[in-house]
Amino acid sequence: MKYVDEFRDPVKAQILLNEIQQLVGQIEVCRRRPLHIMEVCGGHTHSIFRYGLQQMLPEAVEFIHGPGCPVCVLPMGRVDDCVALAERREVIFTTFGDAMRVPGSKKSLLQAKAEGADVRMVYSPLDALKLARENPHREVIFFGLGFETTMPSTALTVLQAKKDGVKNFSLFCNHITIIPTIKAILDSPALELDGFLGPGHVSMVIGIRPYDFIANHYRKPIVIAGFEPLDILHSMWMVLKQIAEGRCEVENQYARIVPDAGSLPALQAVQEVFELREFFEWRGLGSIDHSGVRIREAFAEYDAERKFPVPNLKIADPKSCQCGEVLKGVIKPQQCKVFGTQCTPEMPLGALMVSSEGACAAYYNFGRVQITGRSETGRGAAI
Amino acid sequence: MSQAISVGATEKKPARRARQLRESTINMAHGSGGKKMRDLIEDVFLGAFHNPLLAPLEDQAIINLAELTASGDRLAFTTDTYVVSPLFFPGGNIGALAINGTVNDLAMSGARPLYLSCGMVLEEGLSVDTLRQVAASMREAADRAGVAIVTGDTKVVERGAADKLFINTAGVGVVPTGINISASRATPGDKIIINGTLGDHGCAILLARNELALETDIQSDCQPLHELVQVMLAACPDIHSLRDATRGGIATVLNEFAQSSDVCMRINETALPMRETVKGACELLGLDPLYLANEGKLLAIVPPDAADKVVAAMRHHPAGRQAAIIGEVIDAPAGIVLLNTGFGGGRIVDLLVGEQLPRIC
Repeated sequence: MKYVDEFRDPVKAQILLNEIQQLVGQIEVCRRRPLHIMEVCGGHTHSIFRYGLQQMLPEAVEFIHGPGCPVCVLPMGRVDDCVALAERREVIFTTFGDAMRVPGSKKSLLQAKAEGADVRMVYSPLDALKLARENPHREVIFFGLGFETTMPSTALTVLQAKKDGVKNFSLFCNHITIIPTIKAILDSPALELDGFLGPGHVSMVIGIRPYDFIANHYRKPIVIAGFEPLDILHSMWMVLKQIAEGRCEVENQYARIVPDAGSLPALQAVQEVFELREFFEWRGLGSIDHSGVRIREAFAEYDAERKFPVPNLKIADPKSCQCGEVLKGVIKPQQCKVFGTQCTPEMPLGALMVSSEGACAAYYNFGRVQITGRSETGRGAAI
Repeated sequence: MSQAISVGATEKKPARRARQLRESTINMAHGSGGKKMRDLIEDVFLGAFHNPLLAPLEDQAIINLAELTASGDRLAFTTDTYVVSPLFFPGGNIGALAINGTVNDLAMSGARPLYLSCGMVLEEGLSVDTLRQVAASMREAADRAGVAIVTGDTKVVERGAADKLFINTAGVGVVPTGINISASRATPGDKIIINGTLGDHGCAILLARNELALETDIQSDCQPLHELVQVMLAACPDIHSLRDATRGGIATVLNEFAQSSDVCMRINETALPMRETVKGACELLGLDPLYLANEGKLLAIVPPDAADKVVAAMRHHPAGRQAAIIGEVIDAPAGIVLLNTGFGGGRIVDLLVGEQLPRIC
């Protein structure tokens, strides 16, 4: 397929892998321990597992799967709030499909739907707005979820609703922002990270300058990466090259999509509708300052949290669940005490097992048996 | 193919003038057991399905055993229920699906499909024209597959208690002596064969719902496979396993084979036949084509020395033009499906949790 196959070329992959192998030989740390490179974005995690990239890389390079799956970091209390809103008789609760199965403290949205709540899957917030127009006697709530990637489309939908005077539409805002979270991870004591693959779609909106502190203050290389397998290998090569040459910079591998300055119209819409919350609760990571946004006072009538009573209870993560340590890269998914036993994709205990972008689900689905013997050069042989 | 058994597909209509249905939409009286129901059955169903075994309208069809045993030594018997939404989609409709689906379930044992039953659940308010179109498609599909609908049942439920129309079909067929096809017979060394492109049906249904505002020319692959299976058996009577890859796609069938036979199924991503438009839709929507439903695709596990011969024979049949060897059976890790990505890596193809798309068949 045009514009896709070019980024999945196995011959080019082999060339990159050879170069990565050479770089590994030049990096001093690799003689003592594997390099830990965190891919921040859940989309990258999915690609890494879908294409079996970890097995193709030398053993001296390990992916650490970061917090960039918005479904995975949603705390139970917020899911409970969703369920409470969805169970109101007048409400049509609209959501992206992958949020349906996330467990709350008592039930998921899927279970609430089975019990009679009017929960509908949409592909865009504009679909939810359309539903509101078509059902003037119902209250349509859109479950706004995601990082800066999805924030602009939600903001534009709220602006559109206000412009058109649609009164029966509101937003349950759970949008989160990536920068404070990366900072929290970098400040975490048990951490041993050598570099980052930066999120592609988030950066399309915010640009590459907000990552400067990672290179300047924390002295870690970061490369904004695309999502095709060659993008990821190329970005990995760029990170290793920085390490080998002793550089710490913000580089942009995904320049075909990500302008250095981001998208001004998207940022303006976000700025107009949203403001930073003082703090937001993350599953597995706890409360992080300024890591979430809420709707500004000027748009209060579109804020489901102001329009309806929301329980807003903080529910502790299950004790046996080690999602937080997996998210920070302290342990690998299979090292979690409940991985594959009490926690499976069928009965997820932790959120990382729910979404296909969650590290544990990806690991469980695509990689739980060692499926390749490594060739003598250290590169994974095709299975 | 043997024609020892007459399924009555060419018999004439009964001489008595059939009752006529006057209403244009279905109401509760059409399921009451009274005159209105008789009108519906005679006009719509008998009109479309007519054959000598159905014509007496007894509570059961009576089938001659001697005719059955003449063409095989075992009876294959299956049932399936169809709830697809929307009822009509590019390349088919619920009626054609209800016939082909059950015909294919019989065919996967190597059986010659013969007789089908048809249970209809109609929602109050369903348009009679819609029902006539569906019944006509069922007849057309039955004729194409050489089967007869010999017994049936109709229920009407209140508006909202069903979504327009649900159909159950059960079917019987005869398995010829010496054919022994089973999901538990996959053996290390065997080759895995598919008869054409994957994901067409699932994609067609998704796009027909028009929630995505994508315009494509993707059509459902809804088709009967019994003839293709006969062609394959003629090329290799010792086909080990056969299954049509409907709900859950080829990923699900391969997992079933791997578990039933306690072997590993290894497939090559680059060998999988796929339409460019289906590939594109999957890329856009984040769907995995391995899990997309098909309604005219089968997976066969055949001994290695017969694989090329089977594929060559399949390619001479319209339902197998794009037949291809997509992988092989190996011994370990048992119970697992592995995929060699075109990129040079590999991954596990597990059973799906939850569903990618609801109500696709």
